[in-house]
Amino acid sequence: MLAFLVRRTVGAVLVCAAVTFIVFLIFIVVPGGGPHGTAERIAGKNATTQNIINIEHQWAFDRPFYVQYWRMMKKMFDGSLVSYTSQQNVVSQIVQGMPATFSLTVGAGVIWLFFGIVVGVISALTAGRLSDRVITVLALIGISMPVFWLGLVARYYLAEGGMTTFFPDGEYVAFSRSPTAWFAHLILPWLVLAVLFIGFYGRVLRGNILDTVNEDFVRTAKAKGLTPRRILVKHVLRTSLIPVVTLFGLDFASVLGGGAILTETVFDLHGVGQYAAQSISNFDLPPIMGVTMYGAFFIVFFSVLVDLFYAYLDPRIRPT
Amino acid sequence: MAERLLEVDDLHVHFATEDGVVRAVDGVSFELERGQVLGIVGESGSGKSVTAMTLMGLTRGVNSHFEGQVVYKGKDLLNISEREFQDYRGAEIGMIFQDPMTSLNPVYRIGEQIVEAIRAHESVDRRMAQRRAVELLRQVGIPNPESRIDDFPHQFSGGMRQRAMIAIALACNPDILIADEPTTALDVTIQAQIIELIAKLKDDFNSAVILITHDLGVVADIANEIVVMYAGRVVERAKTRELFYNPQMPYTWGLLGSIPRLDRPRPERLHSIKGAPPSLINMPQGCKFRPRCPHAFERCTQEPPLENHVEVAGHLDRCWLDNEYKRAYRDATVSGGHTEAA
Repeated sequence: MLAFLVRRTVGAVLVCAAVTFIVFLIFIVVPGGGPHGTAERIAGKNATTQNIINIEHQWAFDRPFYVQYWRMMKKMFDGSLVSYTSQQNVVSQIVQGMPATFSLTVGAGVIWLFFGIVVGVISALTAGRLSDRVITVLALIGISMPVFWLGLVARYYLAEGGMTTFFPDGEYVAFSRSPTAWFAHLILPWLVLAVLFIGFYGRVLRGNILDTVNEDFVRTAKAKGLTPRRILVKHVLRTSLIPVVTLFGLDFASVLGGGAILTETVFDLHGVGQYAAQSISNFDLPPIMGVTMYGAFFIVFFSVLVDLFYAYLDPRIRPT
Repeated sequence: MAERLLEVDDLHVHFATEDGVVRAVDGVSFELERGQVLGIVGESGSGKSVTAMTLMGLTRGVNSHFEGQVVYKGKDLLNISEREFQDYRGAEIGMIFQDPMTSLNPVYRIGEQIVEAIRAHESVDRRMAQRRAVELLRQVGIPNPESRIDDFPHQFSGGMRQRAMIAIALACNPDILIADEPTTALDVTIQAQIIELIAKLKDDFNSAVILITHDLGVVADIANEIVVMYAGRVVERAKTRELFYNPQMPYTWGLLGSIPRLDRPRPERLHSIKGAPPSLINMPQGCKFRPRCPHAFERCTQEPPLENHVEVAGHLDRCWLDNEYKRAYRDATVSGGHTEAA
């Protein structure tokens, strides 16, 4: 087990290193334009010539690529990466956004996993009948609805008085300031973000369950005289949920890593995703690089967790 | 006379499919007594597995239709509720399946899967059930059962998995053990061991066995009686010795002829029954074997009844051929297909 853990951790570190290199390629090498071009892009709009020369020197754009890479890495990891457009420190901005992003992710994750499983189980159990068809249609609608549209509609009708002003309209309130306000402000974003995933997870789980019920070992379970409920929970669901775990791990990580750009922006949550969105619209390169790395870290970290959990769920891939 | 456990009377199992009604089982009758081994033989699609699964209630479903009776200890299993049937499955009738590689759940330990079967029917605590599981594994011939009980199925070989399946099926000491092609997926050397094990455990547990196979060689040693099925019907039924030495139905001749034998001169080619079984949706008129039967004549367009044609009581077959004709032509097929090869 320890060897497995060490191997996966080393692998994860290597993947992170590869990601930094790709970030370097995408943001610095590929766009080209020589030392001035790169420095101009990083300096952002309205930069003075002196600014650009400073950046060129600081980031070593006039030196060989490995020095450039080294400088970039140093800036990212010693926390000195700044946005030249707003003069704000990137790391501290990300850290500021994390509570909102984490709150959004955890709440939405719980909702979408729970309802995804419920929806998948119900529609598999009633496969072909009315409830399955209704769920299928709803799931497809949920999957097809753009988050920004659904978010705006939800805000308009439920928060801004289209139908009611019951829900607070956007913004994030820290849990430490007021747990109830925190909760009230997050309900709509949670649901809007979860809708997409619920539909998707429900469909995936439905398919898995319908495959699994035809497995020989389910027939064996039935031949033992187990109750249908026990067969479903112990033999069918346990196996069908394995692929869902993978999906959840990676989706959760990507939202945690600032992937819910649209939801965060529509509801003005000031999370990491919204920070990324603002930086993109301002052509503000350093924050984009920072958020990319931050997101990549979560994806890699959670894929290791998923692997470990997998080994727990399926003994066949458990290291001996 | 031994206690009669099971009486299947004119069983029909039909499935509604998009292509039409599949008559998987179409008139099957047999009886089973305690201590007996009944062999059900036939090729793929003859309805033998559907018959077995119906005895376990595993073919129930919205598209299934049943007729006839399956009377177990005086109770017609076709008419009881699903809830009631749960108390029979595993407890009164145990079943082992064809493919031991996929019949065990890969994510649970062997012991857990046996314990689960015990606790489904008996209120014993986990430790007690665990101890019984060890004992069961010992009885089915797993070495070091105390430690192997914590293994997962993938740590067992095919033969060991089938032994574990047998342990599960016998966990609640059922009166009937149904083995549906238990050796088809196993090596030949393991096959014999598993069959011997089943025969031995039948005596240890004082139960009866229904052994389903497409291989007459497998049942030759242990079955008391053999039912030969074709296209959902019983086409011949007799005590084992009688069936082997005095087969009446040309289909049975073909099955016997297709077994390689060491005690007869070696034929150039092993006999095979030409053609394929009929579609269960669109069956031929009359005798279902007629299109493949080299001995068919006009009368075969009417279906022959399952009747006794020989001196031995209880030997039934569905064939219009008269006994003299049968005696004249049978040996050519049974002894290894010189006629076909020529």
